[in-house]
Amino acid sequence: MEPLLVFPDPVPPELAQTLDIGGWAWKAAVDVAAARADEPADGWVGAIVMAGSDLEPALRFCRSVHNGEVSVRSLLLLINGGHLQSLDPHHDLFDDFCLHPFHPQELEIRLKHLFRRGGQTDDVELIEYGPLAMNLETYQAAIDARPLDLTYMEYELLKFLAAHPGKVFTRETLLNRVWGYDYYGGARTVDVHVRRLRSKLSEEHANLIQTVRSVGYSFGRSRWG
Amino acid sequence: MERDQQYVLRSVEERGVRLIRLWFTDVLGKLKSVAITPAELEAAFDEGVQFDGSSIDGFSRVHESDVLARPDATSFELLPWATQDEPSARMFCDIQNLDETPFDGDPRQVLRRNLNEARAEGYSFFAAPEVEFFYFASGDPSVGKPQPLDSASYFDLTTADVSSNLRKRTIHMLEAMGIPVEYSFHEDSPSQHEIDLRYTEALDVADNIMTLRLVVKKIAMDSGAYASFMPKPLNGVQGSGMHVHLSLFSGDANVFHDGSDPYGLSEAGRQFTAGVLRHARETTAVTNQLVNSYKRLSEKSEAPPYIAWARNNRSALVRVPVRRRGKPSSARIEYRSPDPACNPYLAFSLMLSAGLRGISEGYELPAETSTNLHELNHHERAAMGIEPLPRSLDEALDVMESSELVRASLGDHIFEWFLRNKRSEWSQYQSTVTPFELERYLPTW
Repeated sequence: MEPLLVFPDPVPPELAQTLDIGGWAWKAAVDVAAARADEPADGWVGAIVMAGSDLEPALRFCRSVHNGEVSVRSLLLLINGGHLQSLDPHHDLFDDFCLHPFHPQELEIRLKHLFRRGGQTDDVELIEYGPLAMNLETYQAAIDARPLDLTYMEYELLKFLAAHPGKVFTRETLLNRVWGYDYYGGARTVDVHVRRLRSKLSEEHANLIQTVRSVGYSFGRSRWG
Repeated sequence: MERDQQYVLRSVEERGVRLIRLWFTDVLGKLKSVAITPAELEAAFDEGVQFDGSSIDGFSRVHESDVLARPDATSFELLPWATQDEPSARMFCDIQNLDETPFDGDPRQVLRRNLNEARAEGYSFFAAPEVEFFYFASGDPSVGKPQPLDSASYFDLTTADVSSNLRKRTIHMLEAMGIPVEYSFHEDSPSQHEIDLRYTEALDVADNIMTLRLVVKKIAMDSGAYASFMPKPLNGVQGSGMHVHLSLFSGDANVFHDGSDPYGLSEAGRQFTAGVLRHARETTAVTNQLVNSYKRLSEKSEAPPYIAWARNNRSALVRVPVRRRGKPSSARIEYRSPDPACNPYLAFSLMLSAGLRGISEGYELPAETSTNLHELNHHERAAMGIEPLPRSLDEALDVMESSELVRASLGDHIFEWFLRNKRSEWSQYQSTVTPFELERYLPTW
């Protein structure tokens, strides 16, 4: 999937976390020039522009997109409630907007609605790997067609791993991508959840998640191995 | 609504869950449950479930008896024993007052508070328990002495070790509930078994112990047998303990580890151990809370009644396992007095408080004791500076009552209720004429 453009840079952690958990690829730009420098050959699939306490820099960025200085197919504006009034004359600058602080699920739904419409990108609703099937819409997982009863974090961890078969992740990466940036508890948390997952996958399938010594974990077989 | 709560709502819908059991624990460590329907679940997340706590041991208060159960969405599990046509699930709860402040009588909140305090100092507390128990033919005391399944002519039709079969089914069910089992085996005594759980954070460990006790009993009951965690159910046969392995982490670093130390223990590891040992007498009433617990502690075996530590000495209270080289993360100490009839939330709270006190006050660890303490008399032990644990619940309560550390760790509400409740248990015991007395004295006097 092509990355989304996110303005500004650095991206606030709660936004980065929501995008990561939702499985969105993204790239932050500090200004219009940076957005142009990184622009994919056929333009950005979408952009998320987040306004700070001052609405103006965000609007300026939106105008540049509107004027075609940066090629973006759809644009989502994130603003706080106080700016709703001043948004009125600028309707042409964005395709959708969302209030900040946002609800992660609301944002996720808006992103899907805006950027995955019309089958522009592959909408991954189902992950299948060998005996494992995960339905991302219904949060259900099954192994050998037998339902797997997972807790939320077990589900998220398995989803993340299964979405990247063969790829090796360090505990730190898993902690950041699955638990979020402010999770306390360290990499032991990852070990504990991997053990729990393996015990639920049952002995027969426990090796779907592999320990890569002194690195971390990987799912399934590497396509190179 | 939080994402993990959304996940639970979705799972309940998808899996057709008919009943959600909200689990919590009373002050004595018994599992309690309030059941709700899926229709009530969303409100339970938003507002909690109000119920009258006055019939729950340790929950009663003078002015207000209602409390709120707040389901912890991260603990949502489908119950593997529920029937296909009526799936049910459980969540552990935190108990709150009606004004949504933590309820002081809730053991899970007590452990949570202690873990948060440790966290504020940069520590996370990990533990792994070794739980022992017996399978008996019946749990009814009126039918006489408990009959171990192995020796009872119970399952005449089977030739295999029936109780080992029960244990295997238990382990499969625990694993299906996301509770990884490290080892399990048949213990020395007839029908005595041990299940060792894997390391995890102390709150999860305590939840897992509560689940384990239920699952063990449930599987036994389904086969018409009875599982017991009573510390010393049989005369002349080793009792059931719950050795616990403890360690502290700071981020990803095991705080106890120091490769250059002959014991593999860091300064903080030594201080923590010293804290656990120095406060052991004060915490025993909680780690060994039954009159019967002290019958296990008085036996000369795996149950260590002497306050000492060693690398390899079954008579010492704390064992510092000798570790394979290159595994710093497994540095730990094993605390050997607790029994499986304790309230795990309170027991872990006290072990943590005692150990952290050792670190904050810089306690010095006494020398290792490698002699078999069972073979020494009390003068010799006293000369070595080795104190015994309390010898009865009565003595343990006396020591606990004067402990500022235990009061602070448990909070006033539980501290005072526990003492009142256990004093009354002791006085009932003391005024009871036992079979021992009748057998011994009636023919003679």
